[in-house]
Amino acid sequence: MNAKTFLALFARDVHVARRNAITTLIQTLLQPLMFVFVFGQVLTRSGMMAASYKGMLLPGIIAIAMTMTGVQAVAMPVIAEFQFTREIEDRLLAPIRTEWIAVEKILAGMVQALVSGAVVALPARFLLGSDLGISTDHLGLVLLIALMVAVFSAAGGLTLGCSVGQTQIGLMFSIVLAPMLMFGCTYYPWSALASFPILQKLVLLNPMVYASEGLRGTLAPQYPHMSTAAVIAVLAVIDIGLVVTGLWRFQSKSVT
Amino acid sequence: MGVGIRTHDLRKIYTSPPPMAARGAAFAGGGFGKKAKGAKSANIVALEGISLEVAPGEIFGLLGPNGAGKSTTVGILTTRVRPTGGEAYIGEFDVWRQQVEAKRLIGVVQQRPNLDFSLTAREILIFHGAYFGMPSADRQRRASELLEQFQLTPRADELTRGFSGGMMQRLSVARALMHDPQVLFLDEPSTGLDPQTRLLLWGIIREYNGQGKTILITTHNMEEADELCHRVAIVDHGKVIALGTPAALKASIPGGYLLQLRFSSAPASLIDLLKQLPGVTEVRENGPGIDVYADRGGSLIPAIVATATENSIDLHDVHISEPSLENLFLHHTGRSLRQ
Repeated sequence: MNAKTFLALFARDVHVARRNAITTLIQTLLQPLMFVFVFGQVLTRSGMMAASYKGMLLPGIIAIAMTMTGVQAVAMPVIAEFQFTREIEDRLLAPIRTEWIAVEKILAGMVQALVSGAVVALPARFLLGSDLGISTDHLGLVLLIALMVAVFSAAGGLTLGCSVGQTQIGLMFSIVLAPMLMFGCTYYPWSALASFPILQKLVLLNPMVYASEGLRGTLAPQYPHMSTAAVIAVLAVIDIGLVVTGLWRFQSKSVT
Repeated sequence: MGVGIRTHDLRKIYTSPPPMAARGAAFAGGGFGKKAKGAKSANIVALEGISLEVAPGEIFGLLGPNGAGKSTTVGILTTRVRPTGGEAYIGEFDVWRQQVEAKRLIGVVQQRPNLDFSLTAREILIFHGAYFGMPSADRQRRASELLEQFQLTPRADELTRGFSGGMMQRLSVARALMHDPQVLFLDEPSTGLDPQTRLLLWGIIREYNGQGKTILITTHNMEEADELCHRVAIVDHGKVIALGTPAALKASIPGGYLLQLRFSSAPASLIDLLKQLPGVTEVRENGPGIDVYADRGGSLIPAIVATATENSIDLHDVHISEPSLENLFLHHTGRSLRQ
């Protein structure tokens, strides 16, 4: 690998992300924060939901913010840059193997996913109040799971971005991202799906489930959650699968 | 030491539309559903064995109409298109197998501007330099020089989305020169440029070539090929149909002059009579008209008129063109470059 070129490509993405920081933050954080307010404040204070729901919700909100940011941070530019603007060409001509350009994209997306998770956690915690029962005993595991979530969201974004055309962005949101959110065990634990056995098996295909359950199991272990070891194992498989697919899709997209 | 370009029996069949690095402006982006279906139906032969040798320090032109295979050739030589067969080398490096080494040597100006819209003009140049490992101070200095040379300094720190087509094109060329490549590829560089900017560009190309750099330029503009190129390959339907210096190519047209005539009628007997006129080397039917290749132009007209009148045929229209690459293309293909 050519380290100078790789770092320059990364510097370019950081530069652009910083320039667009405000809009990016609004775009990815506003929706989860509104959810926090409605579910964590309106519904709990009015007594329609138990106060304990708040602590259950926070890990899910972090999972949403991270996944959506990672996916969009990679997919949206890739879709645009490969289509009519063809902005990507200058970078494809940089003296580095094409695979590394894809790796750089994933890395830049991961950083944005991690930043987003950290940024949403603070105001969400503020909005929800202090009596959340959030545990910091397993910080190492939290970071490991967050890192693995960042990998699959950025690599998934690359795969999506290389498979979807400009005209299908709306479709991508409604048939890929929206179901991922709703059936990602973000607003409820996986065990809550027990009365829908078929659905409960189906959602296991959704990477978001492991993000929510993993963060819930480490940040708020008092709520029902999947085994953390199992979550890490599945996330590892998903990460490898999506990275390999993303690199392959990028490679075939960049050469005709 | 300059770096040359070599291709041997280069072939390309597109199995899936649309070829990104080589498609014309008419293509719209395709999506995943369409692609799978298109892959079976579309087998577009773009190159049918192109062999070229471009010497180090040469300005070499690929001249041909749209769809001739020029951009595909450039696409393969710049690592953006995978060849179906044959070999392509930049200097000693096999373009497909040693992509990184080949990319290090080349600068590319694509047919359509592909500027990074997230960056300002200056940042585009500076990041491009960084991709090629240039030290920071060099990047800043060279970017400022190029912005000045390409008359972009006043808008250097603006995002490029609002630039005019000509400004984008100038910036694309500046970017390609940023890392001082040994080989410069320009795919239809003058398309959409006003005459003044075109002259500026030609001046810059000549100057860059003066530093011993190799330049490969594609064009469907014979004036550009004639003015700028040391040697020209005329391509059509993925094949080289003529190759040589512009002067030698023009001299190879029988007679040199082309008189395109239209008569009230064009019987075979008239064609035979025209062939016997002094200075005429070839006479061809071309649709309703007759093309006469001759070693002279206007001075042949009285004889043509006399021959026609003797046979009660009227001459309706005459178009005389001097020896040109356009005539050469017409001679080889029966079609105009602009068609």
